Amino acid sequence: MLHLPGPLYLQIVSHCLGGLPDEACGLVAGDPATGEVAACYPTRNLAASAKLYTVDPKEHLRADRDAGDRGLEILGVFHSHTHTEAYPSPTDVAQAPDPTWHYIIVSLRDTHPVLRSYRIRDGKVTEEQVLVSAR
Amino acid sequence: MPVEVRLPTLLRPAAGGTTTVTAEGSTIGEVLRNLVGAHPGLAGQVLTEKGALHRFVNVYVNDDDVRYLEQLETPVTDGDEISILPAVAGG
Repeated sequence: MLHLPGPLYLQIVSHCLGGLPDEACGLVAGDPATGEVAACYPTRNLAASAKLYTVDPKEHLRADRDAGDRGLEILGVFHSHTHTEAYPSPTDVAQAPDPTWHYIIVSLRDTHPVLRSYRIRDGKVTEEQVLVSAR
Repeated sequence: MPVEVRLPTLLRPAAGGTTTVTAEGSTIGEVLRNLVGAHPGLAGQVLTEKGALHRFVNVYVNDDDVRYLEQLETPVTDGDEISILPAVAGG
């Protein structure tokens, strides 16, 4: 399960909308034991594409250090799908680096953004529940 | 000379479970080859079979991505901090 405080949920969706027409991406950090997200790091999409994303490596390093300074760990990545549903694409599955990470996808295909989260282990995709709390 | 290398969560189990390891070398390539030599579980995860930097990782000297420096030939000097992170991308 992914526990996402409301303000961070809004930050993720807002960054994804702001990235249109391209895909947007970023990292989330928190406590790996509980899956509770405590920080969100919107990053540039170096691929600058409506179909691909690449988290800017320098921003990733900064996020990783900031999370470490705050006693957190990078727990996963979010990115948007501009014209498809919120489900990992074959590219997402092939390039998923870490089986312990949460893979959050925001679909902007329909009138309202749809946020879903997955675990990807050995090419197998499992959806997880997302609990959005007030704060 | 020995330098500190920060490992991502994913690679820590193959290197004794610690966040930071020490490896010798005067270039990034030497440091990474020595790192894999000391921790064979990292083989194929940091460098490819042909010895190139694996495309699924990013390696940094201090704040800079070595792909934008001199890649594996990037010099390493005393006190530099080397970091390895997963390359995060998709579609």
